[in-house]
Amino acid sequence: MNPGPLLFLGAFFALATSWLGFVLAPQLQLGREQLVEIQETGVAYPPMRPGMARQGERVYRANGCFYCHTQQVREQLYGADVVRGWGGRAGKVQSVAQDYLQDSPVMLGSQRVGPDLANIGLRHPSANALLWHLYNPRLVATGSVMPPYRYLFTKRKLKPGEKPSAEALPSNMPGAPVDEQIIPTDDARALVAYLQSLHSDGVLFETPPPPAPPTNAVATASTNAPSTKAPATNAPATNTPARTPTNGPAK
Amino acid sequence: MTAIPLTSQSQSVAPGLVTAPTVTDAEIDASCQAPILLLFANAAVWLFIGSVLGLLATLKFHQPEILANCAWFTYGRVHPAQMNAFIYGFGVPTGLAVLLWIVCQTGRVRLALPQVVVAGALLWNAGVTLGLIGILYGDSTGFEWLEMPRYGSIPMLAGYLIIGVMAMLTLHQRRERALQISQWFLLTALLWFAWIYTTANFLLVAFPARGVVQPVIDSWYINNLTNIWFGFIGIATLFYLVPKLIDNPLYSRYLAVFLFWTLLFFGSWTAVGPGAPMPAWIPAVSTVGTVLLLIPTLAFAITLKKTMECQTQKAKTSLPFQFLFFAPPAYLLSRLALVVTSLARVSVVTQFTWFTPAVTQLFLYGFFAMTMFGAIYYIAPRLLGTAFPSPKLVKFHFSLALFGILLYSLPLAIGGVRQGYALNDASLSLQNTLDSWLMCLRVSTLGELLMVLANLLLLVNLGAIIYCRASVEAKAAWVANKIAGVRP
Repeated sequence: MNPGPLLFLGAFFALATSWLGFVLAPQLQLGREQLVEIQETGVAYPPMRPGMARQGERVYRANGCFYCHTQQVREQLYGADVVRGWGGRAGKVQSVAQDYLQDSPVMLGSQRVGPDLANIGLRHPSANALLWHLYNPRLVATGSVMPPYRYLFTKRKLKPGEKPSAEALPSNMPGAPVDEQIIPTDDARALVAYLQSLHSDGVLFETPPPPAPPTNAVATASTNAPSTKAPATNAPATNTPARTPTNGPAK
Repeated sequence: MTAIPLTSQSQSVAPGLVTAPTVTDAEIDASCQAPILLLFANAAVWLFIGSVLGLLATLKFHQPEILANCAWFTYGRVHPAQMNAFIYGFGVPTGLAVLLWIVCQTGRVRLALPQVVVAGALLWNAGVTLGLIGILYGDSTGFEWLEMPRYGSIPMLAGYLIIGVMAMLTLHQRRERALQISQWFLLTALLWFAWIYTTANFLLVAFPARGVVQPVIDSWYINNLTNIWFGFIGIATLFYLVPKLIDNPLYSRYLAVFLFWTLLFFGSWTAVGPGAPMPAWIPAVSTVGTVLLLIPTLAFAITLKKTMECQTQKAKTSLPFQFLFFAPPAYLLSRLALVVTSLARVSVVTQFTWFTPAVTQLFLYGFFAMTMFGAIYYIAPRLLGTAFPSPKLVKFHFSLALFGILLYSLPLAIGGVRQGYALNDASLSLQNTLDSWLMCLRVSTLGELLMVLANLLLLVNLGAIIYCRASVEAKAAWVANKIAGVRP
């Protein structure tokens, strides 16, 4: 018997199932995901990155930052991500699919030579500290193996008595050169703007905040009464029942 | 994807009555010589360049200031350039060359249109060159293993399709109609790469999918390229060459067929690790696929163990055999590590650490590249009609490659596990986690250095045999003159 056609069809079918499972099915489930409006603020989540940060995403990609830094926080008891303070929101802190809707490419990363950056924008508010870190990581973190990105800066010797220009990095960093000024290029500023725009802190239906602890003795005594502090989520069925017990005794 | 050649064998005669092959080995080798040697030589050059880039990337962990002022050689560009040079510069071209040769040999047929294959190889090579320059320039697409920008990937795909069509054409013209098991593996790999590479480039670069669909497709591509393409080409080469070298048939054809189907199903269903920020069914399903990968892995190990048990003295002393002998254990070890680390309890430690690159490198270099080295040392002398001028250098290449990959992977794997525990111990600051793995990584640099030297030796050996062939006629004439007593 000639096994050729059967073999071909079988192999085709086997491999097609993997394509259906890992390309088509995720695309059908997640490909049309929409932004979600956060109830407290009314802002769509995830927010669009400002133009400078979008430029910075290009710098981040071109220089391969994602080979050493992940952008994904794992769940509470899975690894020490949350204890290390890499999470962005209270309660269920892990990264979810919704967080990445504004990214292209989505650079989840696969190695943690350095810290996770999913929420670096929440942890590191100062642009100058980030710029110094990029210029010379060992000024900020002793013993770091991060390569310096001096090619994102220009350096100019200061004439005696000359004041550093406004764009130059402030020389308040210990160990910083004193007689020259370091001016970040547009790429460096864009990269920092991108890093500052990294925060996955939207409280979503799939990442509800922690159940609020009971605030007074009455609340603890009453068995069924839901917490008076209604968690501000877009999750359904949290607001309506919370009002009933407070309204009841007043009448 | 219409495999006409496979379906067009309805006129084939019964296996017992196959018409006597009229094409001699010499004719086959003559048709294969130019394209296959070109693919081998190019691959050897890229392998060497890639390993030098890899060494440079690792040296940055010894001294981050090395070439730090040069954007082209920052770690985040050198590291992907190294991977791409290995995968697309060395892996795919040697795989294709070996595939073409085995298709010609098993089909007892001359290579179809060798000049067109040469053109395809040149096109592929141009794509790799442009793509690597693009990565170093900063044009990376941002997807691991698919970093090459369009001006690299499009010529590469065109070159691949040209070579692939020629392979199918050769298969179509084969005189030995019955398909051997190694041909099954080769043809599946040949077609599957075209599918996954176009899918991935189409949905990631040309028309990017939305959100986390991108990383899912990227990991699906990486795992399919590893398990199906590199795995199948390596297995086919072993299944073809090992029985030839030890003058003994494959242990069990049924087990080999079983291996083919199980690896096809389970190997292609590996993608994302546990804990990824996406619907839980995606990591769950791929974990199931990865765990089931245990079945084909064991089938492969048993087949080769049983086949190699009765090795002859002739095989032990043959140059290619030692490479082929090391490849199955590397396969077994790396796939077992993959299976174990796909479990959530282990993955919580090994995920995001150096353990993963150690296992990947053990598979790519220890299994695939070793098999390809064996194939190169088997095929090149036949194509050129002359032996390697220095068997000692070939043996030295093997020793360097063997110690290189072991010294690279083992310390890095240990460092990875230590790193994983350190990362999960929140009492250690991130700076302190460096201490857990930095020394292991620095030891593995020695392995990387040995691999650079091994790859250089491959280049030297290939250059030497081609040089020998070029001067062989002149030498023969000189010897003939000497015998005849003619003194210059």
